Amino acid sequence: MKPAFLELTQGARRVPVRFAGETLMLPEGANLAAALLAAGVTVFRHTPVSGAPRGPFCMMGACFDCLVEVDGSVRQACMIEVAEGPEIARPHVGEPDETL
Amino acid sequence: MRHYDLAILGAGPAGMAAAATAAEAGLSVCVLDEQPHAGGQIYRDVERVAALRGDILGKDYTRGATLTAGLRHAAITHLSGAVVWAIEHAFRISFTQGGAAAQIAAERVLLATGALERPMPLPGWTLPGVMTAGAGQILLKQSGVLAQSAVLVGSGPLLYLIAAQMVRAGVPPVAMVETQTLDDLIRAARHLGGALRGWRYLLKGARMLAEITSARVPRHTGATGIAIAGESRAEAVTFTSKGRAHRIPCDTVFLHHGVVPNTQAARSLGVSHIWDRAQSCFVPSVDDWGQSDVAGVFIAGDSAGIGGANVAESAGRMTALKVAEELGRLSATERDRQAAPLRSARNKDLAARPFLDRAYPPHAAAVAPDDATVICRCEEVTAGDIRRYAALGCLGPNQAKAFGRAGMGPCQGRYCGLSVSVILAQANGLTPDATGYYRIRPPIKPVTLGELASLE
Amino acid sequence: METDYVIIGGGVVGLSVAWGLLKRGLRVTVIDGDDGSFRASRGNFGLVWVQSKGMSQPRYARWSQTSAAAWGAFAAELGAATGQDLGLEQKGGYDLHFSEESLQGTVEKYEALKRKLDGNYPFEVLGHNALRKEEPQIGASVVGAILHHQDGHANPLKLLRALATDVRRLGGRVLTGKTVTDVTRPDGFRVTCADGTRVEAGKLVLSAGLGAAQLGPMLGFKAPVRAQRGQLLITEKLPKIINRPSLIARQVDEGGIQIGATNEEVGLDDGVTQPGISRLAAEAIAAYPVLAKAQLVRSWGALRVLSPDGLPIYQQSLTLPGAYLVTCHSGITLAAAHARLLPDWLEGTAAAPDLEVFSEARFS
Repeated sequence: MKPAFLELTQGARRVPVRFAGETLMLPEGANLAAALLAAGVTVFRHTPVSGAPRGPFCMMGACFDCLVEVDGSVRQACMIEVAEGPEIARPHVGEPDETL
Repeated sequence: MRHYDLAILGAGPAGMAAAATAAEAGLSVCVLDEQPHAGGQIYRDVERVAALRGDILGKDYTRGATLTAGLRHAAITHLSGAVVWAIEHAFRISFTQGGAAAQIAAERVLLATGALERPMPLPGWTLPGVMTAGAGQILLKQSGVLAQSAVLVGSGPLLYLIAAQMVRAGVPPVAMVETQTLDDLIRAARHLGGALRGWRYLLKGARMLAEITSARVPRHTGATGIAIAGESRAEAVTFTSKGRAHRIPCDTVFLHHGVVPNTQAARSLGVSHIWDRAQSCFVPSVDDWGQSDVAGVFIAGDSAGIGGANVAESAGRMTALKVAEELGRLSATERDRQAAPLRSARNKDLAARPFLDRAYPPHAAAVAPDDATVICRCEEVTAGDIRRYAALGCLGPNQAKAFGRAGMGPCQGRYCGLSVSVILAQANGLTPDATGYYRIRPPIKPVTLGELASLE
Repeated sequence: METDYVIIGGGVVGLSVAWGLLKRGLRVTVIDGDDGSFRASRGNFGLVWVQSKGMSQPRYARWSQTSAAAWGAFAAELGAATGQDLGLEQKGGYDLHFSEESLQGTVEKYEALKRKLDGNYPFEVLGHNALRKEEPQIGASVVGAILHHQDGHANPLKLLRALATDVRRLGGRVLTGKTVTDVTRPDGFRVTCADGTRVEAGKLVLSAGLGAAQLGPMLGFKAPVRAQRGQLLITEKLPKIINRPSLIARQVDEGGIQIGATNEEVGLDDGVTQPGISRLAAEAIAAYPVLAKAQLVRSWGALRVLSPDGLPIYQQSLTLPGAYLVTCHSGITLAAAHARLLPDWLEGTAAAPDLEVFSEARFS
């Protein structure tokens, strides 16, 4: 099956980013939510209320569905630029075992 | 704390245009914007992207670069990546930038916070893979990331724009599931006269439709009973159109049935809002200059009522002239002289609105969703829950919020507030004005306790 | 007479009394305000709390203890009737201290109160290390805590909703969106609202929170209540961080950490201020440093309903017998007492609790 998202330009330098225990090569400086989608991640988190899966919805910092945990704080992936370094995880609440 | 004549929230067309005009008039200006680069959502990241994908995104996008260039003025401080979480009177603005909290002070505040997608609660709309059409466009603009198997659901010009851009990028949508009906178009026709004054908009619409049609993208109109199917992600869109049931498999669903003003900041300052029947949303009470009913608080662009980028630009400049006059940098005569052409440009750009509002009304099934449909995405409260709270005496959204947590999550009601107010109004037989809206308080965006405490 | 009781005020206090009266087979009509009314029931901290109450009036300490002890059965009954778990947890609560002096000073006051209560005041003092065993996330600057075993907390919004649900299920009539403009007593009470609604009742309970300041004098009460603002914070939902509640922070049943509260004399201003919420955040981080990385998602200001001495007021009108003023700061803690015991007082039965010390006579 072809991936859900296609990247039009492939030129950017890629850096290793740890997400949910796996290492992904993402374009440096890219929007993190977009880069994760393009890398094939669909489920960003599970809700603390019902455990339902969620992914990016608005891509403009308004809906808070693309939450990920970076350095111990839960933040919006769509408001973060990709950089090498921080360990990114699915937020710690209501997280069943889930692979990419 | 640095002090400015004018603080502007948002670096979209209204904010950028206002900043440039205000600086030109001699005001010190601080533009606070959440994004790392200026442009707002309409011109998102335009300085970097225009060269990469300008051909796909079109001139209406690349022209934004003239506005971003205007921010490079000695009197303008552009704070990018600055997330404002409190605006207090007379005016103290608290924000977080790069993980640190900071504050500025300002004589006047201009809220140019733009629009949000109108919430479109349909069965399955919380599944991963379901996004707003705006999100799809942002992915394309900023990141060059394109959905390979997308169905576009809803109605309105933005839906056609993203479809046309996908066609140009060589990855057309799988199908368009459109909710507007022939009746809507007939009702809209009596506003065609006004719309002809804004003929450029209609021509653009026709061109986009031609692009979509020539790419043989299937269009299903008058769709009802729309739902997104899937277990842990979107797998298909199901609906009925022209008496036939359809199921279209896909990975991605882009929803859109219009945009509405982002009123969070204005409401947190106590600006009063009224229900706009034509646009089916709350709009802040502002005068011709964008002055709200709270002293010193101005609102321009889509956050004052949906008008689009060009209207926002004119309105932002007009507000800047008004503030410059109030702060003694411009005479009233000079203000009016400079404002006259802006006002007539704005009015001309607004001429097509009544036609568009009626041709592409909100999708009825998303305005009055089934009981089982989730309304509040954060707290997973359903339309049926809200109706039950109405039966328990909840006349407005604040009591309903206390009863069932709708609007208590991190999005702070941005994607449920309108639905909750309208559902309560329907259930109680009241108007949206009498029903009201959530009381919005700081933090208007979440802030860590550590950042908050650092200002102690 | 269309109803035995008319209750003015549909918050937790009014609905608790209404529920108790309905349980006894009485007919009740509740008159409630609108979506924008000041509502302490929507903004309170949610403690079911005994310690520190009634330091200068042991009867208030006893009244709070009585209610706390009745809460379990009250929550169980209300919960079973509505299918709503009220999130009640009564396994003790803390008064956290950042200095030995303040801890010692408070312990001495508690010892004195304990003697007046015939020894029924079960608290213990935990030093930092003992506290850390109970609360692994406690901060280094917390020198110790008083753990009071009669303390606990509940979900006050679930209580409000459960009461609103069950009062209706029991046949109570609740009129919302009303503003009471006039009360007369031609034969029984006739309450008139701004929209023309009229309710006639044998007896009247005024439990309108801050609204009692206006309506009270009309009914022959002094009703000397004033507003005191408390600002509160709540974080995103988090894994278990806090075991027991304290006056500084508690973890609510949905997972968020609720942080409170300021005490500000600012009249009817229920706004939020950056200095106010920054101070609360700093104190919470001092108590639980891990909270520094938690996201604040909401804050609000709510207005406490305070009498001059902070104690409840229970008073039958001297000029209009059959009208009762019921007002207090701690509507959550006292909900069980109000539901279970106030009906006897209102009905004048032999089982009526002695509430004389809470009468308005103390304000003369």
